[in-house]
Amino acid sequence: MSETQSMYNYKVVRQFAVMTVIWGIVGMLVGVIIASQLVWPELNFGPWLSYGRLRPLHTNAVIFAFGGCALFATSYYVVQRTCHARLFAGGLAAFTFWGWQLVILLAAISLPLGFTQGKEYAELEWPIDILITVVWVSYAVVFFGTIAKRTVSHIYVANWFFGAMILTVAVLHLVNSAAVPVLAAGILTPKSYSAYAGVQDAMIQWWYGHNAVGFFLTAGFLGIMYYFVPKQAGRPVYSYRLSVVHFWALIFTYMWAGPHHLHYTALPDWTQSVGMIFSLILLAPSWGGMINGIMTLSGAWHKLRDDPILKFLITSLSFYGMSTFEGPMMSIKTVNALSHYTDWTVGHVHSGALGWVAMVTIGSMYYLLPRLFGKPQMHSVKLMTVHFWVATIGIVLYIASMWISGVMQGLMWRSGNADGTLAYSFVESVKVTYPFYAIRLVGGLLFLCGMLIMAYNMFKTMAGGSTADAPVLLAAGQHA
Amino acid sequence: MSDFVNEFWNWYVILIVLVSIVACGVFLWSQSIHHPGGAETTDTTGHVWDETLEEYNNPLPKWWSWLFYLTVVFALVYATLYPALGRFPGVFGWTSAGEHKKEVAAVDAQVKPLFDKYLKMDLLAVAADRDAMEMGGRLFQTYCIQCHGATGQGSRDKGFPNLTDKDWQWGGTPEAIVETISNGRMGMMPPYGGNPDAIGGEAGAKEVANYVRSLSGLKHDSALATKGKARFDTVCFACHGQDGKGMQAVGAPNLTDKVWLYGSSEAKIVETITQGRANQMPAWKDFLGDAKIHLLAAYVLNISGGGEKK
Repeated sequence: MSETQSMYNYKVVRQFAVMTVIWGIVGMLVGVIIASQLVWPELNFGPWLSYGRLRPLHTNAVIFAFGGCALFATSYYVVQRTCHARLFAGGLAAFTFWGWQLVILLAAISLPLGFTQGKEYAELEWPIDILITVVWVSYAVVFFGTIAKRTVSHIYVANWFFGAMILTVAVLHLVNSAAVPVLAAGILTPKSYSAYAGVQDAMIQWWYGHNAVGFFLTAGFLGIMYYFVPKQAGRPVYSYRLSVVHFWALIFTYMWAGPHHLHYTALPDWTQSVGMIFSLILLAPSWGGMINGIMTLSGAWHKLRDDPILKFLITSLSFYGMSTFEGPMMSIKTVNALSHYTDWTVGHVHSGALGWVAMVTIGSMYYLLPRLFGKPQMHSVKLMTVHFWVATIGIVLYIASMWISGVMQGLMWRSGNADGTLAYSFVESVKVTYPFYAIRLVGGLLFLCGMLIMAYNMFKTMAGGSTADAPVLLAAGQHA
Repeated sequence: MSDFVNEFWNWYVILIVLVSIVACGVFLWSQSIHHPGGAETTDTTGHVWDETLEEYNNPLPKWWSWLFYLTVVFALVYATLYPALGRFPGVFGWTSAGEHKKEVAAVDAQVKPLFDKYLKMDLLAVAADRDAMEMGGRLFQTYCIQCHGATGQGSRDKGFPNLTDKDWQWGGTPEAIVETISNGRMGMMPPYGGNPDAIGGEAGAKEVANYVRSLSGLKHDSALATKGKARFDTVCFACHGQDGKGMQAVGAPNLTDKVWLYGSSEAKIVETITQGRANQMPAWKDFLGDAKIHLLAAYVLNISGGGEKK
């Protein structure tokens, strides 16, 4: 098969971009369903649609289906355009698309059926884990192959972050999913027995879990930010030096922070402390990305007023800055003693997941979609603005309600009577959480509505569009 | 138990943690004085990607650098004061287990006068004291509701006794209740299903069941009950007594009242006779201590409506 090396490969980008929106709707819909189940427990239908099985389906769908497709789409687009070269190994790139969709499909079937390793964000059983590994290695070959054939000498900063994400996620997935594979009763009953036991297993799991956040959901999406913010703002990146310092500091420090998920457990005190102090050191490197993104806009602030894409991108950076401040604070042992196991954690995660990951993804998709379908802009700019406000209000309702209920739960669980007994039973704290569950549901529903508006806008933009690839540009130095 | 199999790993951890923290600070410092590319801060670095992508080379924001340094210094100070470096316990000698013990001791010391006050009072007087009973209720809600339920009414037909009635398996005097909570009780109805000589197998058990139902005035088959009485008088009377009124010394229930721990249907009684029942009230003495048990016993007396006359 001969590829036209003078054209960018947009097909795989287009496929991943469209599926980003589709899986976003699916994942968030499952989120809305489980949020409803917390308000109305009667909505748990049978074992397959019970909260315990749908919750991992929600997290897998939004992280790996929605977030994953967004990373594939943007990284394939960015690496081609900033390397001034067509994507390496087109067939393999196509395989990553179909392979990744198969992973998602298998997750959507096996999780409701009850197949799970019981490891958060790593629930899928070993046959799917092997498929993930094959797809991910192919991804690495395509991405780094494209870097290798670049026609510019310098590698653009966005690619550092994408590259770090690809390498690290490979290591995280392989180490945490190491297990004895078993077929309990035939080919359709796979079971994985973790290679680790006891507190070591917990430690490995949260080393994985926190770096899944740190690399999949942070480094990868910072890569998105570093391309789409300067592009959309039409301004140079604020500081090359800052990007160097915060990149290395971020990827080095994140690796240490996992133990803060295991404060006040059987994990040794010294390990918990190490996790805590590195989580605090992580604050400045995290903020480096926010500063570089937001300051890129300096001198062009007026563009925020009527450019919905920039609204999404800059708001995502604000939420990024907020949740990367909140995270280190929650890692402090005394704060964690109040916040752990409460809805505060859920609020924190969603300020990152909705505020940062989803908003930066939506912004970049609105940038990409018209370019991928040969249109000057999205079908309706007005609907993009509507989407922005609906989503933002949704996030605020979500986070604020979870903060309040989380702090309330933490305070209730620890308050005691004069005779040393607990002031509240657990179920009393559940009872007073109900109104906040309802507000959270409204917030989540608003966010989902935003995604539906986006899907409408996307299909309207796609209609009658051209799916021609764009020509590979000559590198700047070669013009002269 | 040590976290390290030998000294090597201890020092390995200490070294790698310290070097990593310090390296963060050194890296930041090195990048603050060195200007890669040598470009002027107001100019771009000179590289252009994808037509328009360029980079300025602004210096690191001062406040941001200081924030970074501050966290590095905090990390070093914290690692000196608290456990973070392998076996080194930290200057404060803090441990999470130690903190827990301290908190428990503080609460214990704070509540001790309150408990001591009631421990000195007669149990019956405590049962009549409103403040004491509010406290006893909270203790009951903490330690007893798992089996006896929030209202103390037990669990019908599942073997958890109702504490609010006048029926006592092991005695309802203050002393007996204190003994029950302190040292626990083992209730044991032996299984007779496997021994046809004793009770006459399933058929014999059915006869006895009808007799037992007749004792408390429940519907029964008189012919079977008459046969059952003969069996009862040779086997069951040993614990339940000739009159079927039970024996508190061994926890044998009164069969002539309306209280049934495991159900009163013929089938349930046959099941009880053939398969036996094993029931346990755990011993709380070590966990709760005398003072809490004193209050709990008074509370149980209170909800049962005054207990049992000696």
